[in-house]
Amino acid sequence: MTVSVSWYLILGAILFTIGVVGLLVRRNVLIMLMCIELMLNASNLTFVSFARQHQDVGGQADVFFVLVVAAAEVVVGLAIIVSIFRKRLGATADDLSSMKG
Amino acid sequence: MEHAVIFIPIIPLFSALFLICFGKKLGEPLAGWIATIAVGASFVASLITWIGVLGSHGIDRTFIQHLFNWLPVGSFQVQMAFQADPLSVTMALFVSGVSALIHLYSIEYMHGDKDFPKFFIYLNLFVASMLILVLGANLLITFLGWEGVGVCSYFLISFWFERPKAATAGKKAMIVNRIADVGFLMAMFLAFQSIGSLNYSNLISSAPHISHTTLSAIVVLAFVGAMGKSAQFPLFGWLADAMEGPTPVSALIHAATMVTAGVFLMVRLSPLLALAPGAAHFITIIGIITAFVAAAAGTSQNDIKKVLAYSTVSQLGYMFIGVGSGAYVAAIFLMVTHAFYKALLFLSAGSVIHGMNDEQDLKAMGALRALMPMTALAFFVGWMAIAGVPPFAGFFSKGDVLLGAYQQNIFIWLAGVITAGLTSYYMGREFCLAFLGKRRWEEKPKVKKSARSSHAVKEVHPHDPGFKMLGPILLLACLAVIGGLLNLPFASSLKVLEHWLAPSLGVAPAPLHAASSAVQWVLAVVDAIVALGGGYIAFAIWSKKSKHPELEPVFLQNAWYIDATGDTVIAKSGTKLAEISADVIEPVVIDGAVVGIVNIAKFVGVGLHRIASGFVRREALIIAGGTVTLLLAVGIRGGW
Repeated sequence: MTVSVSWYLILGAILFTIGVVGLLVRRNVLIMLMCIELMLNASNLTFVSFARQHQDVGGQADVFFVLVVAAAEVVVGLAIIVSIFRKRLGATADDLSSMKG
Repeated sequence: MEHAVIFIPIIPLFSALFLICFGKKLGEPLAGWIATIAVGASFVASLITWIGVLGSHGIDRTFIQHLFNWLPVGSFQVQMAFQADPLSVTMALFVSGVSALIHLYSIEYMHGDKDFPKFFIYLNLFVASMLILVLGANLLITFLGWEGVGVCSYFLISFWFERPKAATAGKKAMIVNRIADVGFLMAMFLAFQSIGSLNYSNLISSAPHISHTTLSAIVVLAFVGAMGKSAQFPLFGWLADAMEGPTPVSALIHAATMVTAGVFLMVRLSPLLALAPGAAHFITIIGIITAFVAAAAGTSQNDIKKVLAYSTVSQLGYMFIGVGSGAYVAAIFLMVTHAFYKALLFLSAGSVIHGMNDEQDLKAMGALRALMPMTALAFFVGWMAIAGVPPFAGFFSKGDVLLGAYQQNIFIWLAGVITAGLTSYYMGREFCLAFLGKRRWEEKPKVKKSARSSHAVKEVHPHDPGFKMLGPILLLACLAVIGGLLNLPFASSLKVLEHWLAPSLGVAPAPLHAASSAVQWVLAVVDAIVALGGGYIAFAIWSKKSKHPELEPVFLQNAWYIDATGDTVIAKSGTKLAEISADVIEPVVIDGAVVGIVNIAKFVGVGLHRIASGFVRREALIIAGGTVTLLLAVGIRGGW
């Protein structure tokens, strides 16, 4: 049994779904951030799989962009979380609603 | 030699710019001298151009100097170009010549005025605009000068703007001209739409190929513009009110610049006009109405300058009779001679006003002949010239116009002759009231307004002015006497102006009933008798007594209530409309629309702001839901 491209795509889809569900159900901000990372990497996996399937390097090149964005996002996101921790005791997302419209 | 044409308008323009920068420093009288010399130089440039144009023959006498491409917009190309041809050179010569004399006169007349340099800036600009107007090679350049003349007339009429009447008169001149300018603009639009060019040469060469209706429309619309600038019925009220300006300004507006612009434009478009007989009839009729109505109004005015104002309106009416009946040369001839004698009359009137310490009421003058002999003589020459007494200039020029009218329609000729009698009468009345009879200014000693001039004198000592005022007056008096030499009717070789102008003008259709030379002599004799008769009646009535209320009916004093009617019908209803707009349309309709839109936005905003809860997970859910919905929508549309 060979491992075809669709297996990788299915794995990517599962990882992405876990990320989405995690983001929606967990309240800890750190965990939510990790879920976002999971979604980003799931899409990276999908990119690479398609690149392999179509013999096109473009997809692999995109991954580098996503990695850079993810890194930047982690930097900003963690900085925000740290500053929230300094002001409050916990980091529960539902306690933070000062951006209410 | 023709290349000098560019200098004609440029010199006064630069002089005005120079005086704007340094006029205050130069002060009196240097600023005035610079302005006068600039206009004199412009006259010399006109002479040089004239000699250059004389060097070629016939149709080659049209020289166009291209400067640069002014407005290149797709197929709409307008060149900044000046045209030297017999018509424009004639205009430039008398505009710059007469204006130079008026400048010289102003140096003495405006002596002591606190805004002395400013006055000369405006005068220079005024002359420059007028020269641009006459020298332009296309309608748009002419329009540029047209508007320049309009705005300068506003500056100059309301020069003494502390007087509320002067400020109002300036505004009125501006607004009336603006209304008429719409006609000029629409004529340009139509010309471009149907011919595709605004150049006079193209307009004239394509005129026979466009439809008769369009051609008539262009001519009539251009005439509407001319009605404003040349003060034709019913838009002449502003010219009488323009008397609020200093007297040299009145002379400049009435004689050399501004009001002649409309006549010039129609003569410039005469090749088009010759093909549109209906439009020509319309022009003739407006002309004769104007000539008569204004002459009648002139018989009852008591202000020395107002009489002259209505006389200008009336004379302009004559010019349009000439234009309308195809006697284009006669119209220009009358314009030139009118420039001489009307400038003469205004400058003499200014001399009287000056000598009388700003008194303008004819009823408060009298017996000035002995005290101001030169002025009286000059005014007498002006009277004879405008009345058309042979051999003064007006006899020949007005005779030509009346001959043209006679060949078209005898009734127009008749009305013209009656008006000529009125002209002689009202000028005679003015002369008698000012210079003959008893001294009336001593009856009611006046201590009045000369507050503006620094040399305020309480007592009145009428006297002839100094050489700077008297010189121009006497020179113009000579021109008013001999001006007829330009176009003597006795032999074809003596019709100098006619041969000279012929290449620039259209050829009017042959007159319906051409007058034989015997008939022409009869007409001339009738003209002379009417002129002398009108003058004699005036002398008989007014030289002894200064009060004849029965001869000065109120409705004529108010110029047939034409302005008052315009006031009631247009101004009052316009005010009413503005009030309705302010009270109803503005608060209900416009504010309602604005407030309504605000309320809609507010309603939507209040509804939607609940979504922005600020809870990250809820918003993430919305994003996820939105993405899924979008994907589904795309999938379904893609037939998946």
